[in-house]
Amino acid sequence: MTTSALALAEDVRAGRRSAASVVEEHLEAIEAGDGAIGAFRLVTAERARREAAAVDAAVAAGRDPGPLAGVPVALKDNLCTRGVATTCASRILEGWLPPYDATVVRRLRAAGAVAVGKTNLDEFAMGSSTEHSAFGPTRNPRDPSRVPGGSSGGSAAAVAAGFAPLALGSDTGGSIRQPAALCGVVGLKPTYGRVSRYGLVAFASSLDQVGPLAATVADAAAAFEVIAGHDPADSTSVPDPVPSCRGVLDEGVAGLRVGVVAELADGAAPDVAARVAAAAEALAAAGAEVSPASVPAAVHGLSAYYLIAPAEASSNLARYDGVRYGLRVDGPEVTAMYGATRAAGFGPEVKRRIMLGTYALSAGYYDAYYGQAQRVRSLIIADFAAAYERFDLLLGPTSPTTAFPLGERADDPLRMYLSDVCTIPSNLAGHPALSLPYGSGDDGLPVGVQLLGPALAEPVLFRAAAVLEGSGR
Amino acid sequence: MSDRPGRLSPDDVRHVAHLARLDLTEAEVEAFTRQLGAVLDHAAGVAALDTSGVVPTAHPLPLRNVLRDDEVTPSLDRAEVLAQAPDAEGSRFRVPPVLGDGP
Repeated sequence: MTTSALALAEDVRAGRRSAASVVEEHLEAIEAGDGAIGAFRLVTAERARREAAAVDAAVAAGRDPGPLAGVPVALKDNLCTRGVATTCASRILEGWLPPYDATVVRRLRAAGAVAVGKTNLDEFAMGSSTEHSAFGPTRNPRDPSRVPGGSSGGSAAAVAAGFAPLALGSDTGGSIRQPAALCGVVGLKPTYGRVSRYGLVAFASSLDQVGPLAATVADAAAAFEVIAGHDPADSTSVPDPVPSCRGVLDEGVAGLRVGVVAELADGAAPDVAARVAAAAEALAAAGAEVSPASVPAAVHGLSAYYLIAPAEASSNLARYDGVRYGLRVDGPEVTAMYGATRAAGFGPEVKRRIMLGTYALSAGYYDAYYGQAQRVRSLIIADFAAAYERFDLLLGPTSPTTAFPLGERADDPLRMYLSDVCTIPSNLAGHPALSLPYGSGDDGLPVGVQLLGPALAEPVLFRAAAVLEGSGR
Repeated sequence: MSDRPGRLSPDDVRHVAHLARLDLTEAEVEAFTRQLGAVLDHAAGVAALDTSGVVPTAHPLPLRNVLRDDEVTPSLDRAEVLAQAPDAEGSRFRVPPVLGDGP
């Protein structure tokens, strides 16, 4: 099943295919194939059939069914869906039924898309392999002995396996782009504030952003246009209108200044670095001015991130205290209840990050760790600003390696954290970045290359991605 | 920049776990002492950078206070919210005693 989301929507809109048949075909693919992959936490088949019927009714009545009419979408299970279990792959939220829909979920539905299920993730989106799910790992459809990346591993695997042409993920330090790279699909982390975070379960609020995963650049652009835009329910959402991304896909890159970031390419494996070089050549052949670029402070991104993100997480996750929702383990008094509930409900990686973040924020260490990390964040932003005076966009690898074997890094947190070294700087800066598949490594597995731009530069990223997608890989 | 704080001890880990309201087993205390120490070692490079005069960034956007018109809009349905609570009584969340002996 390799039909693109836009081709399916076109057929449904024109009445050539029913949304019901499109959705049924994908539910069958999930039923047949997901036992071996584990992309989905929950398949909402009956709900999907009802929504597909509503799309078909709109078409029959001559109403506009929306730009994504009948397109099956997979939702990362940290996006709230009213009345549908949302677990964040954590025992602490098992059985929780959110009383509201995330804004992105409402926007997809209004555009005619049909949610087919909730996808697996590292618990509370903390991880780079989807092995830290309380409900078991997801496998990479390209090689089931390998991880799909993370934390949006279920969403990336769902698209790569053809279970849904479109998925949503969230990206705090690379959680859309790195699994997209490892599974061989397209993934976009939008500019911070470009997409509403209302109904995205918070991990690190100054870094989190929702974005699309898709099989093609055009599909990712279409999904981005649907979910982006101001939302009064998210006070950090950007009020500027959303420019067309689909409309600029064939504008090419002639004259565009592209910088190949030395600091990002340095740590990459030779086969990954070779694909980045090939992408640079392809952009140059298409008329871009390609030259080396430097973002010196980016080398400190990983360390700063692993202080800032856990600090914000330790604060955000204080809400899981057994009072208002989710798990409660009783105790003789309320503090004992808190400690026992959180001990039983959180998995090891989440505990590790809460501990790290609480330490970084605690009296006596705040300035040395958290304060210093925030100053380093400023240095990274300043270095990006200097680079964007000379370049329209930057190029680098998405992940230092192709997909690694399950279990390889599960017991070595620091080595796992290094998986995010190329993606983290964009989150710290709040900038958009897109990963797209660009050939394969020595092991035959997909390699992702990453396009980075300044704030609100999504249309430029999509233009360059379209050129690379069409350049033969 | 101030000197980097000393090496993380098991007592530091127990203290932080208490601050985070997270009961840890002794095995977890041992593992976290080792693992968090490794992450903090990696962060030593950041702690040693000269950042004098650099203003910290808490947020990638220039945040302003966001106001809206004072109009009544629907909020979450109370019954739907309370139905998700581990324990509720009437219109409230019910919790174990906060002070002293329970009822």
